[in-house]
Amino acid sequence: MTAPDADRRVGGPAIATVALTRRFGDLTAVADVSLTVPYEEIFGLIGSNGAGKSTLIKMLTTLLPPSSGEARVCGFDVRREAAEVRRHIGYVQQLLSADGALTGYENLLLSARLYAIPRHQRAARIAEALEMTELTDAADRLVHHYSGGMIRRLEIAQSMIHHPQVLMMDEPTVGLDPMARRAVHDHVRKLRESLGMTIFITTHDMSEADELCDRIALMHHGRIDIIGTPAALKAEVGPRATLDDVFAHFIGVEIEPGGGYREARRARRSARERRQ
Amino acid sequence: MTASEAIAGYGIQMLGVADAELRKLRHDATEMATRAVQPALWLLLFGSVMERVRGLSGASGASYLNFLGPGILAQSVLFVAIFYGINTIWERDAGILNRYLVSPAPRSALVLGKALSSTVRGLSQAVVVYILSLALGIEVSFAPGNLAAVLFFIALGAGLFSTFSVVIACLVRTRERFLGIGQVLTMPIFFASNAIYPIRLMPRWLQIISRLNPLTYEVDALRKFMLRMPGGRLTVTTDLAVLVIALAVLVAIAARLYPRMGE
Repeated sequence: MTAPDADRRVGGPAIATVALTRRFGDLTAVADVSLTVPYEEIFGLIGSNGAGKSTLIKMLTTLLPPSSGEARVCGFDVRREAAEVRRHIGYVQQLLSADGALTGYENLLLSARLYAIPRHQRAARIAEALEMTELTDAADRLVHHYSGGMIRRLEIAQSMIHHPQVLMMDEPTVGLDPMARRAVHDHVRKLRESLGMTIFITTHDMSEADELCDRIALMHHGRIDIIGTPAALKAEVGPRATLDDVFAHFIGVEIEPGGGYREARRARRSARERRQ
Repeated sequence: MTASEAIAGYGIQMLGVADAELRKLRHDATEMATRAVQPALWLLLFGSVMERVRGLSGASGASYLNFLGPGILAQSVLFVAIFYGINTIWERDAGILNRYLVSPAPRSALVLGKALSSTVRGLSQAVVVYILSLALGIEVSFAPGNLAAVLFFIALGAGLFSTFSVVIACLVRTRERFLGIGQVLTMPIFFASNAIYPIRLMPRWLQIISRLNPLTYEVDALRKFMLRMPGGRLTVTTDLAVLVIALAVLVAIAARLYPRMGE
């Protein structure tokens, strides 16, 4: 496998936003977000449902124009240089969205063509993506017949086929069983190691964030005020604190397994009780 | 990136989109079969009754079915194409659309690729209408030049109306509204054209609308090339110019509206 050429990297970080904001009418979904993600980092964006994670990732993938503020991905402005941004990123969205009416191979062929990969490279890239996600044997089956975990892996294959610098993943393990989740985690790590990709991942699953991410940001009501390594953030809260405690401590509410959140006091109390 | 690389890339992207659509048709062709029913009904039921109506036959006393054949061909292409946009809404709901939109493919390449794929659905309609026409004794021309021209104009018409449909889908955004609007649009486009009766029989106001209707030019072109005794009242250049300009305008509008479906 060839790593994304280092010289394709424009100076500066993989992702940089300054006061990035998105409003929908009266609602401010993303408020004043400034963050920087260096190349080859696995960066986790954590928050409950409705915190603004998907809106933020949609702005970074050029699907949604910001209301104000700035965002650069691989040095390119998401508004003015959208096509360049798209060339450098891969996107795995929350919905299982590979096309069920096509086979796995055909989904990959479409992706390869959308990224204008020249004919003489296509077969090799498709084979590489299939192998990496362990779908070679299922390549000629219609995606209708895939399991959720296989579809997710296929989507990872689709989003890496052009060897993007940055892979954006919006809640990639929601609804997957533990085995499939672990497979996704393994693939994410492999992509970073073998291709040097930067991974930007959103989740409301604390153990996932803890296990996978170099750094995490806590998002709540569209704002991001806390960013750090999982270890540093946990150390700040207490000697045996978990990321759940970190979230409850800084944000004042606790994320439920489903991605909703409970009121602060109850959460803090339970966090205290657990520690005793 | 050089200009030739950009053009080659555009081609790969556009054809890639079209190819994926055709592969879906190949996996499940039932859709094509059910669509053969409607043109059959028009030609068999409507055509054979209206054949008896004086004034509908051509000036030279030619049969009404000869007049109707190309009209029904154009109509069946229209009816297939006009609902194409519901795919766009479905793909948005299924998340498939975002996969297209996060790719670097120019938005017009995406829209043109979809339009191109819908021409193939249109071509399958042509096969059905030709078979029926032969059975009904319509004087169909099989000269290779004529067949090629018919295929070309069907492709143009299918591309045009499917792109129009995508524009509507981007504006109404939900399946329910789209189906309602689709029904509302099909009939006026069909009846306010020269597809099933000559424009000269229409009241003045309807004549004006018919002349603004791209379907009229589609039918006019088909009458020239589908029949052994060419019909049509306008020049091929006029037909071609109107259809190409309409397609270009619609693709430009669709390429602007399409990305908003991802928001």
